[in-house]
Amino acid sequence: MRLGVKLLLVVVAVVAAGVMIGFYVSHLTTLAGSPSYSVPVSGTKSHPVVNLEFQTVAAVGSKVSRNPDWVSYLVKTTSGWRRETVWDLPANATVHVTWLNFDGASGLRNPYYGLPQGIVGNQIRVDGKPARSIDPNDASHTFAVPALGIIVAAPGVADNAKNQCGYATYGCPMANAHRTIQFTFHTPAKGGHFRWQCFVPCAAGWVDGFGGPMQTIGYMDGFLNVKA
Amino acid sequence: MASQPTAATPPSDSTNHGLRVVAAWLVLSAIATPLVAIYVGPLIPPGNASVQGQGQVFDNQVMTSLVTPILCLMVVFFAYGLVRFHANRNEAILDGPPLRNDARVQLFWIVITMTMVLFLAGFGTFELLKDGSGGGQGPNPIASPSGHHPLQVQVIGQQWQFTYRYPSLHGLESNQLYLPANTEVELHVTSLDVIHSFWAVELGVKADANPGVDNVAYVETKNPTVFHVRCAELCGLWHGYMFNNGYVVSRGGFDAWAAKQEKIFASIKPFMNRAPDQGGAPYAHSYLPAPGGGPPPVRAG
Repeated sequence: MRLGVKLLLVVVAVVAAGVMIGFYVSHLTTLAGSPSYSVPVSGTKSHPVVNLEFQTVAAVGSKVSRNPDWVSYLVKTTSGWRRETVWDLPANATVHVTWLNFDGASGLRNPYYGLPQGIVGNQIRVDGKPARSIDPNDASHTFAVPALGIIVAAPGVADNAKNQCGYATYGCPMANAHRTIQFTFHTPAKGGHFRWQCFVPCAAGWVDGFGGPMQTIGYMDGFLNVKA
Repeated sequence: MASQPTAATPPSDSTNHGLRVVAAWLVLSAIATPLVAIYVGPLIPPGNASVQGQGQVFDNQVMTSLVTPILCLMVVFFAYGLVRFHANRNEAILDGPPLRNDARVQLFWIVITMTMVLFLAGFGTFELLKDGSGGGQGPNPIASPSGHHPLQVQVIGQQWQFTYRYPSLHGLESNQLYLPANTEVELHVTSLDVIHSFWAVELGVKADANPGVDNVAYVETKNPTVFHVRCAELCGLWHGYMFNNGYVVSRGGFDAWAAKQEKIFASIKPFMNRAPDQGGAPYAHSYLPAPGGGPPPVRAG
């Protein structure tokens, strides 16, 4: 085989390997094998309405995770509560969120994230009462979509609350102590993948509360797949 | 490269190859260097969105102009060697004449490279000391603007978003970076968790964001523009998503933005800037607005 042909083959192999590695890394940092859940849509085609309901739980349990002690989000699906954090939403939709927090407070690193933003009226309802801010020390988790400017913090369950939820498994029952946070936001008119995350360093057992569930899709991070 | 020489003796060659190479190099350099300096240099990032960015463009212009003759020499040398000394097919491989020490060439090479290195060291030091060149200078900056009260902005990195505090706007914090045009800005860059790096690309600002460290960088904005902010330090799963846009706006536009933000900020303000022992967030490194101007005190939680 001529030297030129050999060199060409080497170049082609290197380029192909680079592209494949690129796709692999891209896959890891986008969906990471986490299945997406298409949230049911009501309303009209031009003005879709979505009721999104999720929980935050202190420990997911061994039946739904190899890491039973990890803190996590769970989304309410038509087949019950599931540990999935990639959600399909229509573009230009009104999304009514009901967030049930069963976890205690661990506090925000930056108190600024106690300010609800990027949502309708910049106001949330906590246990039915309107609120324009959350005491940063009472914050348990946040639901934040940086690219959409959405930041919402949830206050935690009191340390001495009775009947606290242990391992959630398929969702903590409503009889357990929890806080209810409600708010509404609009998805953009243009589709796209929008990363969401928790800003509270809530990964117990990890250095400074980061790592583990904070760095793994399917727990405290996810995507909104907005489809135009 | 030692190949097995044949018994053949190299034919004598009276051509002065060195002179040819030098002549070709001088001609190519005389053409390429001005072209690079005039047409390529100004296109090198970061651009002219700030005084520091403009300075960096000038620095890049100088360095690319200096490196062009060196590149030309290499190109000419290799091209001449390939054309003049390549072996034809089926031609016997002949070893070249042995290399001999030449003190003049050595001296010339040492003097030229030393001059260039010393010039660049002096030039770089002067440029850095002039205005900091948009780089982070640590908590005690050496190159700081004198006789002015720059707009202070604290840049706070957290996995995975930057937020910005304005001590002169009563501690206003926002996830949007707005700066007034034609204004000196003093950036205090820090982090609440891991190491990040604040990179305002078109402004020519790059400063490491280390937990517990106040890294000061200066920038003087020019005309209204949009610039990109990115994290330039691998900081975890979503490092690649840690970016947003920043805006240099007119003074009126900045005041209007600040007024709007202050309204939004009012509801969280009572919880900001509290010391940890007063119920403040335990990890927040925050500034208190400085009474009467001057550097604000840093309070580490």
